[in-house]
Amino acid sequence: MLSIRNIVKQYAGHRALSDVSLEVKSGQVFGLLGPNGAGKTSLIRIINQITAPDSGEVYFNGEKLNQSHIDRIGYLPEERGLYKKMEIGEQMIYLARLKGLSRAEATRRLKIWFDKLGMETWWKMKIEELSKGMQQKAQFVATVLHEPDLIILDEPFSGFDPVNAEIIKDEILELNKKGATILFSTHRMESVEELCDSIALINKSQKILDGTVKGIRNSYRNATYLIEYNGEQLSFNGSQPFEVIEEKAGDDMEHTIKIKLAEGNTSNDVLQYLIPKTRVNMLQEVIPSMNEIFIEQVNLIR
Amino acid sequence: MNKVLLIIQREYITRVRKKSFIIMIFVLPCLILGMGAAITFIAKDSDKLSDQQVVKVIDESGLFAGKFKNQPNLKFETSTKSFNEVKAEAMKDENLSALQIPVDYTKPDAIKISSKKKPGITIIEKVEREMNDIAVSNGMIKNHIDTALLHSIKSNISLSPMEITETGDNKTDLGANIGVGIACAILIYLALFIYGAQVMRGVIEEKTSRIIEVIISSVKPFQLMLGKIIGVGLVGLTQFSAWIILSVVSTKILGHSFASSPGIMGALATLQTIHFGKVLACFIFYFIAGYLLYSALFAAVGSAVDSETETQQFMMPITLPLLFTYILSVSILFRAPDSSLAVWLSIIPFTSPVAMVLRMPFGVPDWQLYLSMALLILGFLFTTYVAARIYRVGILMYGKKASFKELAKWFFYKE
Repeated sequence: MLSIRNIVKQYAGHRALSDVSLEVKSGQVFGLLGPNGAGKTSLIRIINQITAPDSGEVYFNGEKLNQSHIDRIGYLPEERGLYKKMEIGEQMIYLARLKGLSRAEATRRLKIWFDKLGMETWWKMKIEELSKGMQQKAQFVATVLHEPDLIILDEPFSGFDPVNAEIIKDEILELNKKGATILFSTHRMESVEELCDSIALINKSQKILDGTVKGIRNSYRNATYLIEYNGEQLSFNGSQPFEVIEEKAGDDMEHTIKIKLAEGNTSNDVLQYLIPKTRVNMLQEVIPSMNEIFIEQVNLIR
Repeated sequence: MNKVLLIIQREYITRVRKKSFIIMIFVLPCLILGMGAAITFIAKDSDKLSDQQVVKVIDESGLFAGKFKNQPNLKFETSTKSFNEVKAEAMKDENLSALQIPVDYTKPDAIKISSKKKPGITIIEKVEREMNDIAVSNGMIKNHIDTALLHSIKSNISLSPMEITETGDNKTDLGANIGVGIACAILIYLALFIYGAQVMRGVIEEKTSRIIEVIISSVKPFQLMLGKIIGVGLVGLTQFSAWIILSVVSTKILGHSFASSPGIMGALATLQTIHFGKVLACFIFYFIAGYLLYSALFAAVGSAVDSETETQQFMMPITLPLLFTYILSVSILFRAPDSSLAVWLSIIPFTSPVAMVLRMPFGVPDWQLYLSMALLILGFLFTTYVAARIYRVGILMYGKKASFKELAKWFFYKE
């Protein structure tokens, strides 16, 4: 769908992107992660052809990115804004027509969206008469009204209350199910694991990590398990097939230990070792969350 | 191109629909008419504005007393009291002046006029004129010249200016030329400012409301700038057409109601000696081309700032040539429309819109007109190019205070 190859973007005094390459597959929900000022917005602006890279190329469906692709992309910028004094209905239609829709078609689709999101009464209202959350909702509709193949959302959930954030999240997923590819940038990790198929992590103008969420998390597996058992506290003499990293005593004879497998052993070996000695309540592999990976990676570079 | 049309449409419709636009169409001509009426009224009756002045004449020479003619605002009284006594009276009455004419009045500074306030220039002029007239006729009588005969043979010559044209001599009226020229210069000057500032405000609005990023993910910055400039320009043309139609209709109506008043009909008749078609065509050309030249610069300024209050430092260099030409035009140039200063100002693109429309009613050689037009077109192509390069960078720069150095840097940015 989108292939970004060796993008370099230099601003006076600092480098926003150095040699960044990414692949976004059709139908994916792709998360662009990174701390503030990492270069996410610069990259998004390049994909939207708002600015051009100093070097490198972007391919859209196998073609080099050009003006004809503009109508296939929907963009919700981080800094939201609409014409304050213009009526919402008229404004949405204007924005959709700029993306190549006819007036009649834009009106028809807008009615459907307004019904769906409970905005029927807003048509004749001006933006300045709406609350901030309502403005965001209107802007989201403006972003997707022309049914783009690629929807780019810069920090889509900022400014939404939890209820509306949930509504917007569901809409994003529904659009994705209908075939739209979603690319969104965020620094909020909770939403990533929930939504994204793939991610790329950008820090200080460089891509430091990318791949599927599952793949990345698996690659960060380090044979660590969490075990909860019931009974007398066990003591280990070194003959066990693992190494204890952390030990925690709970109430009512409940104990939790965090272990790391010794070379050549599996979780089954651990169970075989423990079962004769105590009652195992739980054994769970510890896979680092995206949040932990994010923080670890960002700190590593620093 | 289709998208530029959409932008033009939006810019035009949102502005024309505003109540202020519709009100302006009707209010401005009323204001101008009202102002004109007030000025003629005041000019006609300016004598009535001040109180009646009394001059008490103490004539020691005996040659002037009783020969002063009273004027609407000025009364002469012969007094037998001494100069100091009359001066004491004048101390109490502001509208009283004391005039002392000594025996040897021909000496310089011998005649004195005193009053509580400083004697006004108009009074002094009137008294001087009176006294000179009296002195001259005294002298004539002394030399046995018949003043009555002299009055009867006095001539009263005035020139009738004619312009030689191929179709025959035309009566011209300098007053009408000056009036039309200055009116056109003021209109162009105001229009460039009003609509240029509207473009600038539009750009700032898009930038501060942050909608700019959504729009330029759909269209090129240049398309947006062009659409805005053309849209606002059309609003200006609409407004001017409405004003022209309104004024034509109202002069028709006025023409009927003043048909009996020869003064106004005479003025209207001399107005017809100007080539209105040519002047109007040139006015429209210079309005459009001048507007395109300046509005592009205004758009660049709008893109470089975050709010209207920050525009000052950039506005100065843009408005200076315009202001300079405007002030020169209404104060000096209309007296010498063919002077080399006027010719140069009407050829240089930044000043030509104002200077050339001022010169138009007086007649401008074709080569100057065409050169000026060609340079103006080149000028607006140039400013549009420069402005577009600054604009495309500026609209994405938030919260950064731009300097001229910064603008120059933006100009050289690659895409």
